[in-house]
Amino acid sequence: MTEGEATGETAQEEEFEPLILAFCCNWCSYTGADLAGTSRLQYPHNIRIIRVMCSGMVHPNLVIDALSKGADGVIMCGCHPGDCHYLEGNLKAEKRAEAIDLLLEDLGIEPERYRLEWVSASEGQKFAQVMKEMTDTIKSLGPSPYRMY
Amino acid sequence: MSDDKVGSVLVVGGGISGMQSSLDLADSGFKVYLIDKLPSIGGVMSQLDKTFPTNDCAMCIMAPKLVGTGRHHNIDVISNTEIESIEGNAGNFNVKLVRRPRRINEEKCTGCGVCGGKCPVEAIDEYNWGLTRRGATFIRYPQSVPLKFMIDKEKCIGCGICQEECKAEAVEYDQEEQKFDLNVGSIILSPGYSMFDPSLKTEYGYGLYKNVVSSMEFERFLSATGPFAGTVMRPSDGDIPEKVAFLQCVGSRDSQAVSEYCSSVCCMFAMKEAIIAQEHSEGLKSHIFFMDLRAFGKEFDDYYTRAQDEHKIKFTRCRVAEVREVPETNNLIIKYVEDGEVKEEEFNMVVLSTGFRPPEKVKEFSKTLGIDLNKYDFCSTGVFSPLETSREGVYVSGVFNGPKDIPDTVAQASGAAAKASSIISTERGKMITPKEYPPERDVLGEEARIGVFICHCGINIGGVVNVPDVVEYAKSLPNVEHSEHNLYTCSEDTQKGIKEKIVEHNLNRVIVASCTPRTHEPLFRSTTKEGGLNPYLFEMANIRDQCSWVHMHDAENATKKAKDLVRMAVAKSRLLEPLYKLELKVFQKGLVIGGGLSGMTSALEMARQGFEVHLVERKKELGGNLRNIHHVLSEKGEDPQKMLNEIIEKVKNNDKIKLHLETTVKSIEGFMGNFTTKLSDDTEIEHGVVIVATGGQEYKPSEYLYGQDDRVLTQMDLEGKLAKDEIKPNSVIMIQCVGSRIEERPYCSRICCADAIKNALKIKEKNPDAQIIVLYKDIRSYGFREDYYREAADKGVRFIRYDDQNKPEVAKEGEDLVVTIRDPILGEQIAVKPEYVVLSAATLPQPDNEELAKMLKIPLSKDKFFLEAHMKLRPVDFATEGVFLCGLAHSPKFIDESISQACGAVSRACTILSDEIMELEPTISEVIDANCDGCAYCIDPCPFNALTLIEYMRNKNVKKTVERNEAACKGCGVCMATCPKKGIVVKGFKMEQLGAMVDAALEVA
Repeated sequence: MTEGEATGETAQEEEFEPLILAFCCNWCSYTGADLAGTSRLQYPHNIRIIRVMCSGMVHPNLVIDALSKGADGVIMCGCHPGDCHYLEGNLKAEKRAEAIDLLLEDLGIEPERYRLEWVSASEGQKFAQVMKEMTDTIKSLGPSPYRMY
Repeated sequence: MSDDKVGSVLVVGGGISGMQSSLDLADSGFKVYLIDKLPSIGGVMSQLDKTFPTNDCAMCIMAPKLVGTGRHHNIDVISNTEIESIEGNAGNFNVKLVRRPRRINEEKCTGCGVCGGKCPVEAIDEYNWGLTRRGATFIRYPQSVPLKFMIDKEKCIGCGICQEECKAEAVEYDQEEQKFDLNVGSIILSPGYSMFDPSLKTEYGYGLYKNVVSSMEFERFLSATGPFAGTVMRPSDGDIPEKVAFLQCVGSRDSQAVSEYCSSVCCMFAMKEAIIAQEHSEGLKSHIFFMDLRAFGKEFDDYYTRAQDEHKIKFTRCRVAEVREVPETNNLIIKYVEDGEVKEEEFNMVVLSTGFRPPEKVKEFSKTLGIDLNKYDFCSTGVFSPLETSREGVYVSGVFNGPKDIPDTVAQASGAAAKASSIISTERGKMITPKEYPPERDVLGEEARIGVFICHCGINIGGVVNVPDVVEYAKSLPNVEHSEHNLYTCSEDTQKGIKEKIVEHNLNRVIVASCTPRTHEPLFRSTTKEGGLNPYLFEMANIRDQCSWVHMHDAENATKKAKDLVRMAVAKSRLLEPLYKLELKVFQKGLVIGGGLSGMTSALEMARQGFEVHLVERKKELGGNLRNIHHVLSEKGEDPQKMLNEIIEKVKNNDKIKLHLETTVKSIEGFMGNFTTKLSDDTEIEHGVVIVATGGQEYKPSEYLYGQDDRVLTQMDLEGKLAKDEIKPNSVIMIQCVGSRIEERPYCSRICCADAIKNALKIKEKNPDAQIIVLYKDIRSYGFREDYYREAADKGVRFIRYDDQNKPEVAKEGEDLVVTIRDPILGEQIAVKPEYVVLSAATLPQPDNEELAKMLKIPLSKDKFFLEAHMKLRPVDFATEGVFLCGLAHSPKFIDESISQACGAVSRACTILSDEIMELEPTISEVIDANCDGCAYCIDPCPFNALTLIEYMRNKNVKKTVERNEAACKGCGVCMATCPKKGIVVKGFKMEQLGAMVDAALEVA
């Protein structure tokens, strides 16, 4: 489910600029995002990062709320398994992703709109790459059915 | 004498070792001066991509220590500095130092990096081992501490561009060398090491063939911040290699290369690089050529097994004769001898596992310091004094104290910190200065009045983002009372300005939109506090790393995003609350469980630090396994039994040590700083820390006729008999790995190879004509122990290898013991009739470890030894704070290693014991009793066992709720995300606060 592959379809609306929220854990992924910055790696401007201490602290309701209020996509970034500053918060996030998928199904939201990724503090490149992929995926999906603006 | 002692320590060298020593000391009440000859600290670990055996990202795990060191108000990081001379004695040294000019004013430089980007000079980048170029104005690596640029005078052409570009006016070309003095109580040396120059081994073609690289260079290839951004490429043509060869022992275990010792880490290092290279480029095949595979550390043999079975890395036991290049393809042909046959194989790339050498200019260094070196020019230490140099008051840690890996270095660094502080323990707290703040304004009940400070960061932000436009936008947001832009918000003058604006506009929230909170939040929080506000009323928006730097060519969207980020910060800021650090009273006493060498060392060291300590030993006598050790491999010829008796006397005569013999621990309740323990004799002890030093035991073999024939002994049996002169063997066969490295016990017992060599040498000493054969799988005489391996071989001890398919057999024929072995050279079975068979039996964990583990809520490894908080950087800590670990309870190890760890555990413990009051971060969880219905969903997921379900009477009804232990909670928030009722939240990251950011993001600017 973390693959979130874009299908072959091209986006219908050319002007569509998605809004994607990224929850990044302080210890690895937020640091990876900083490294993307220091390394001047360019990625799409559609990402809004929310810093959390651990991917394990993000309540599924927060993700569901964001998507049902019109965010076009949400990406959760945590430490690689084994690297978690709090032992295994990231694994908790991984388990919750399954629950989130089920809830999204109920809401009629495509599962690709939520993605979980491991990004380490040294993976600035990966951060940029993942954000680009996510943006491409969402662009190909089109705007969220709940988009209000 | 105690009158003129000084409560400060000089730490020389800012690698992982120096940082660990500094942090421990500073957290225990001592002033630290940390000097490094380079412009930034971090040492070699900062250049590593990953670390074995967990494959953790090196920078990820090291960065918190790096930043922590740089920020600690009791640590002065002094870069570009070396020692000129030392006068004085232990407790009071006067050190003369010399500092190379940085040519950039550290106070003014904000680390924005514009100067480096504009510098037209191309110089060799040492951080990437010369594989890339940097400017003459440069920073060692992006996360450098201090984050200050430097002008390399050798390379600078004086064009003046950096001076023109620097908006902070930090460039000072005319800075001069600076000499200064420091007065310190003790000194820790952790200068690190240099690498063997592989071009000296001409047969491998390093420097001649482009695709032959050193292991350190290859590490940079693997790194995302390396020359090829993490893609493994051949230097000759940028092709992705399909076959890579790793050659071990380049400049180690080599009499021609002057480094006869073993460098201890290269086997693991090569395996790690081979595994990571495969992760980076699928299908890559690695082949490691080695002599003995020395995977002797905790869970290292598992790694070796995985490398073979999962990653299909090929291992060949040999010494490679030569490497030659195929000129057309730049491929390399490796010539080696396997099973008596000369073979050749072609590879795309060759990695040379280069060994450790002493630090550069080590002779002058040792002369300046007045310390002795060993024969290989590393620092000379003793088996029972592994942290002491030959000069009193000067201690040593890290690779300069012998080749070692990171966990051993970290344990030693903590140990050295304990030694360095115990001699000045009376001066604890005297040289450190608490920061003074104005009284805090009560803002409860006030509507939010927010000040937003937006940073240009020179041109880093302002060059892309329209900062004045963002300021105007911020002013339009509800509750924003003031907004302004600053050239550098982090500069001294802006800090002053923020404090003034807080007062002028009666602000009760502060937001800075600039760079990353990871580096700058503490600074701005401090500024907020200096402005009379609670520091947790501060919030940050990262418009540099997330806007201007990553959308450099899209000013419009970068500006729009900056506005969004500011709006999100404002939304959260409205909901911020003042938070207060929790204070807990600490029982300034220790409990040490286990009275062996590690336990006794811990107890003595803690007593020297000035703390009362309870030492609990289940047996009648102190000493543990050391009671069975009668000689050691050492130039200094220490007598273990004499040392043991001295230590026991010291323990018994120390009035700070309360000895509980023939006693066990019945129960332990409480948490860091506040434990209550009941002993088997019903004594109750209150203490702040626990050190687990319960040791291990020798395996009693069931194989090879042990217990059935008196002539079959373990190494420990043999050592006892030799010491008492009970036997004088004429012929002995030793069998290694009895009970170790087998299916049910896959780990290496680490000490048995050197033990066998030690006893073999002892037999040879008594009877030079004795015939001794050692049957082994790998001889793991790592570090300087390699000398004794060679000595034994020189004295005629025969080492014959066996593998799992051809294990030796021991049988009895009439009165004779017969050992059948397969001679690997002849390929035939041979039968030998020795006088004795000696088994190198495994070191086992204590069988009742599980019981203690449950009591302390600490984990065991799969081999049933205790499992530390982090394999690499927290080797003597447990994840449960306030509980520490040392000695064989951690894993098998030698005397010197146990002593280092025991001192290390004390050093870590002192960070808690040193103050009567302990401060805890307030950003932890909080139970909202009104919402909590006691469903207890949150309890099991908590990784720190910080939550308990409780019941109490409310309105004559039983109310269930959850209680949070504030000392155990780390604020990870797993509970918050699990709770269906908003019954538990993390302060500073509450659902409403995060939700407000989400909502704000979804509004359109």
